[in-house]
Amino acid sequence: MDWTLVLISVAGLGGLGLLIGIVLAIASAKLAVKVDEREAAVRAVLPGANCGACGFPGCDGYAAAVASGSAPLNKCSVGGANVARSIGEIMGQEAGAVEPMVAVLVCRGGRDVAPSRFQYKGASDCRQAALLLGGPKACVYGCVGLGNCARVCPFGAITMSPNNLPVIDEKKCTGCGNCVRGCPKGTLLLVPRSKLVVLACVSHDKGRAVKDVCKVGCIACGLCAKVCPTQALTMVNNLPVMDYSKCIDCGICVHRCPTRSFIDRAPGRPKAVINPRCTGCQACVKVCQFKAIEGESGEQHKVTAGKCIGCGECRKVCPAEAIDMVGALGHSHRGKEG
Amino acid sequence: MNPAKILMGAFLVNNIILMRFIGLCPFFGVSTSLDTSIGMSAAVLFVMMLATWVSWLLYHVLLLPLGLVFLRTAVFILVIAGLVQFVEMVLKKYVRGLYSSLGIYLPLITTNCAILGVTFLNIDYRFDLLQSTLFAVGTALGFALAIMLFAAIRERLEDSPISPSFRGYPIAFVGASLVSLAFLGFTSLFGISL
Repeated sequence: MDWTLVLISVAGLGGLGLLIGIVLAIASAKLAVKVDEREAAVRAVLPGANCGACGFPGCDGYAAAVASGSAPLNKCSVGGANVARSIGEIMGQEAGAVEPMVAVLVCRGGRDVAPSRFQYKGASDCRQAALLLGGPKACVYGCVGLGNCARVCPFGAITMSPNNLPVIDEKKCTGCGNCVRGCPKGTLLLVPRSKLVVLACVSHDKGRAVKDVCKVGCIACGLCAKVCPTQALTMVNNLPVMDYSKCIDCGICVHRCPTRSFIDRAPGRPKAVINPRCTGCQACVKVCQFKAIEGESGEQHKVTAGKCIGCGECRKVCPAEAIDMVGALGHSHRGKEG
Repeated sequence: MNPAKILMGAFLVNNIILMRFIGLCPFFGVSTSLDTSIGMSAAVLFVMMLATWVSWLLYHVLLLPLGLVFLRTAVFILVIAGLVQFVEMVLKKYVRGLYSSLGIYLPLITTNCAILGVTFLNIDYRFDLLQSTLFAVGTALGFALAIMLFAAIRERLEDSPISPSFRGYPIAFVGASLVSLAFLGFTSLFGISL
């Protein structure tokens, strides 16, 4: 066996490897690109989901923009206030407040209540289906139901129900807005997480036209605008428009709406309970829109828990502070009779 | 050998992916969207030319005279990987635009079998440097054609009602075999057999 050849091969390859290694080591030192330390620090506190909610290409892009001073510090809706604060500390500036948002489906027209006009057999893509006469659903404003939102959600927060409507898991939703941008119909909205009442219809048609195509669509009766205690709702173009700065999340519109077109995001609401301080003035009886309070003048009134929606209007008018709201807003709580 | 024949042979007749079945990993891995496949194609073109020149010089100047031809596989891999690393650093420092568009694809393609395959084919066909370059360009363009065609098909497949068991890679493989069958139609086009 020719051992010199083996030796030459091993030495040659080893030497070549060593040479390349040395060259690369020198090159990496000589050609090092200076990276802004703050950029790396900002990148480290970002969630790394690369969802694009900030409007920059991924977390790297946003970190670079923040470090160079060309982007606001509070654009990361996924990280929310905590991340904004961390970025503020790194950059030595005060970060603005972050209003945490959540995506809400504002169409309740599932397959069972909103029929289709024709059978769609094309590509399973909402945008493509919507191009065809406005989509297969009889209501041209409504959710197409082919799940573009579920596909673009980077957090897996959206699943499609058997009714062909997206179901948003609010625990997973970060409010990045990818689904809102992916929806060709505008039936997904970003709303402040703190707001509980949302109108779930986007049809600008008149009542009759809506009734023909959907059982749960807004028929533009205007009742919600009338009953709203804070005048937060105004009818514009056959739809109530909500002024979130006025809305107090009382939920009266939710329960008064004849077509149940509002969504109440609160998993549960408190119930009014009348204590013995009641003087029997009947002020609450008059103000309750749901006839949940009964009682003769001069006697302690009673609340029918099944009718009470927990709006709290009675408590506002009670002169004797005799009404307690039992159970916190946002937690399910069963009120006691009486 | 006619330069046009080398180019067309590498581009269509013996398409590296669809006829030679080399470089299938990026073909399936990066063909999910047209954007990524274009980026990958550019990186392939870049690295393939680079690898061809280096390997040709190494082979004819070093390995052949020294009688170390049997070391070519190891030497080529080593040198190509090292060189691409080096070029990546240079690009990062001086050509920021090119780096950000090729960036992640460069290290991905470095040790790809398509790159190595072309360097070996150049030697096997006894090409000179100019012919090797043409062959590399033709092959890279063929790669680009195949992966972009396929990316367009896969983008369409994404939105099609496909049964769950076929979704993803299974239907991609079926599609790839059909595209490959279509490329059989180019066999001995213009009398090219290479």
